[in-house]
Amino acid sequence: MSAGRAPAVSRPDPTPTSPDGGPDATAVSGGFVGTGALVRLALRRDRIMLPGWVAGIVLLAVGSAAAAADLYSTVESRIASATAANNTTALVALYGRVYDPASEGGISMVKTGGIGAVMIALLSVIVVVRHTRAEEESGRLELVGATVVGRFAPLTSALVVAVGTNVVLALLTAVTVAGAGMPTAGSFAFGLAWGGVGIAFAAIAAVTAQVSSTARGATGLAAVVLGVVYVVRAVGDTAGPDGPGWMSWLSPVGWGQQFRPYSGDRWWVLLVMLGFAAVVVMASYALVERRDIGAGLVADRLGPAGSARLTGTFALAWRLQRASLLGWAAAFAGLGLVLGNIAGNVGGFVDTPSAREMVAKLGGTDALTDAFISAEMGIMGLVASIYGIQAALRLRSEETGQRAEPLLAAAVSRTSWACSHLVIALGGPVLLVAATGVGAGLSHGASSGDMSRFGPVFVAAMLQVPAAWVLIGIVVLAFGAAPRLVAAGWVALVVFLLLGQLGPLLELDQWAMDLSPFTHVPRFPAGDVDPVPLVVLALVAAALVAAGLAAFRRRDLTT
Amino acid sequence: MTDAISVSGLVKSYGPTRALDGLDLTVRTGEVHGFLGPNGAGKSTTIRVLLGLLRADAGTTRLLGGDPWKDAVTLHRRLAYVPGDVTLWPTLSGGEVIDLLGRLRGGLDPTRRAELLERFELDPRKKGRAYSKGNRQKVALVAALASDVELLILDEPTSGLDPLMEAVFQECVQEERVQGRTVLLSSHILAEVEALCDRVSIVRNGRTVESGTLAELRHLTRTSISAELASAPDGLAALPGVHDLKVDGLRARFDVDTDQLDAVLRQLTLAGVRSLASHPPTLEQLFLRHYEAEPAVSR
Repeated sequence: MSAGRAPAVSRPDPTPTSPDGGPDATAVSGGFVGTGALVRLALRRDRIMLPGWVAGIVLLAVGSAAAAADLYSTVESRIASATAANNTTALVALYGRVYDPASEGGISMVKTGGIGAVMIALLSVIVVVRHTRAEEESGRLELVGATVVGRFAPLTSALVVAVGTNVVLALLTAVTVAGAGMPTAGSFAFGLAWGGVGIAFAAIAAVTAQVSSTARGATGLAAVVLGVVYVVRAVGDTAGPDGPGWMSWLSPVGWGQQFRPYSGDRWWVLLVMLGFAAVVVMASYALVERRDIGAGLVADRLGPAGSARLTGTFALAWRLQRASLLGWAAAFAGLGLVLGNIAGNVGGFVDTPSAREMVAKLGGTDALTDAFISAEMGIMGLVASIYGIQAALRLRSEETGQRAEPLLAAAVSRTSWACSHLVIALGGPVLLVAATGVGAGLSHGASSGDMSRFGPVFVAAMLQVPAAWVLIGIVVLAFGAAPRLVAAGWVALVVFLLLGQLGPLLELDQWAMDLSPFTHVPRFPAGDVDPVPLVVLALVAAALVAAGLAAFRRRDLTT
Repeated sequence: MTDAISVSGLVKSYGPTRALDGLDLTVRTGEVHGFLGPNGAGKSTTIRVLLGLLRADAGTTRLLGGDPWKDAVTLHRRLAYVPGDVTLWPTLSGGEVIDLLGRLRGGLDPTRRAELLERFELDPRKKGRAYSKGNRQKVALVAALASDVELLILDEPTSGLDPLMEAVFQECVQEERVQGRTVLLSSHILAEVEALCDRVSIVRNGRTVESGTLAELRHLTRTSISAELASAPDGLAALPGVHDLKVDGLRARFDVDTDQLDAVLRQLTLAGVRSLASHPPTLEQLFLRHYEAEPAVSR
């Protein structure tokens, strides 16, 4: 990419009143003038990030395709595994169904398809928000907008980049997965299903970027939509014959699976995805036309003239983070209610002889339910650590935003300022898994008619806390010792997620699996609680946090 | 009485770039000290070192009798800081930020706070993201000026203020001086410096190039002379200290080093003076000479 050339944002005609037709040309082509220049600017800014994400996701697909080729080489092995997966509600809730158990690719790619769809959706959201609302919030868009750049150009350019990325990603995935030995047509369906989910979420982010006046809010809102549609799909996929199976069709993530790669390749689903994206994008353009630059859809109200409550750094950190934390807690409680309800139905789906035999081997339906609960709580623990990581990253964003400077120039020590946000970053996940534990415990108790189940479900949730703390510890260590590499927290999260989800499929050695703190969380209530790994995880987290704080006390503030 | 700030031989590097290269700065207790220099000269870096936000690579730094890095928290109870580029929390109102910062410094005077809000015509109920640059600056100024502290560190505090507010700011700083507070004022507004500062230090490329009262600095520079003479001004060009001489018949215009003024005037009277205008160097000339004296070191 032409890194050497400055992006030509301000190159268009500097004298719009000149008689050579400049103003007329601008009027005719309307709000889209300058889109090309902004696309080049975006590609210049993302020249490392985009290829990195694309390469990572494609490698994920190729890696699991290659591994699965050995693992499921015979039709019998595929049918056995696929049937077991389809009969395990936890797996269906997480990744969807295998629609053709015999097919090569069906069972192999179902897990990767689910995880990858979420990653691609997030990538699309990040790209769109980064080039629209984030630019607007920082004031840079004003600088650009004062040149000959149309009203729709920033949003259009962000969408062009996001859609282009998804197309490249879809085709690369299709070609490389087919190259790794999977059926060609199915591989293209697989890649296009991913790309379709990504494009749908680019459109969703285009709307949230207009609704919220902050980049953080726009990303958060789109992430909430992603969480909701994932759960909606899970409810649809796990529904019985008389249940709400149609709910899978209410979810863009569900469409990705209804594409049925390797299991019928329903190409027309792509039209559903693109049609949805087109409608949502048009809505976002309508919103652009209705609002001023810098503003959201909700106007700012006046605040208080003073505050008796902002007594210190912790009060400030709580004030800055409380809305986000309470929103997450509500979402976790709601997810808990849904998961607890699904858990109660686990036994009901097991009605094939082979599955019944497998269930009996595992110790009956109670054991299946318990396995489901511990697996689901493991996922919730991972998601809670996402909250913790972004809460801890507030330290860095406050520093680079120069909002830490006036506080540290007052009588506030580095440690107490850092701890003000860390209390929330470390305490937040505790609150979140507790909310999910209460929700799941209540609904599971109610649906199974046995309220004594509340205790084990709640404990299973709380056991996730020390592992989540380790991730926050990694963020704090990076913040203190290498503040420019603070994104290491996200990298660690993705690595741990992939180790946990795909490690068994890729047949990784146990030492590699042991790198992830989530490997060490006791599988309760399916297994016993061994306190040793929990204590070790908590100590590791404490050591990381202490080392990070010590390094932060010693370094310069940077921007 | 000890100096409020004393810095000598301060060095701070960022990789290959030397932001501070042996900078010296002395601010006496109770004075308003102007801190001047072209963009990128190292003023803000010096202030960040004084605030313990950056760690010096070499040199000694004393602030209110303490070490700005080690004693940061205790020292910060005794000072208030206004950055040149104020960023506020977008969701907090201006009044909330003023109260928060004041409380973190150890309390602020509510009467003074109300008075300053009125004088600066600031609406404290607006959210941080709704303020203009000048109004954000006012939030930080009110928070600093309403605090009961010994030392004010102001880094280009009036950037973005309109001329009326600039005048209010000058009044406020004068009041602070009367109260016996020490002020370090980094500024590009020369009228402001001339009106407020007892002494100034000029830095360039991370080094102090001049320090003293404005009178002392003026003495080091040139006076502009414009004279109409009775006969041609022969021999003027040969005199030491005469610069930029322009002769047009019987008129002569030139600059002269202030310490050579006496000899030059003698020469002029020999030629017979019909009219004479002399003016001391303007501050602009004074600073431009210091800013431009050497080509900027390439980075």
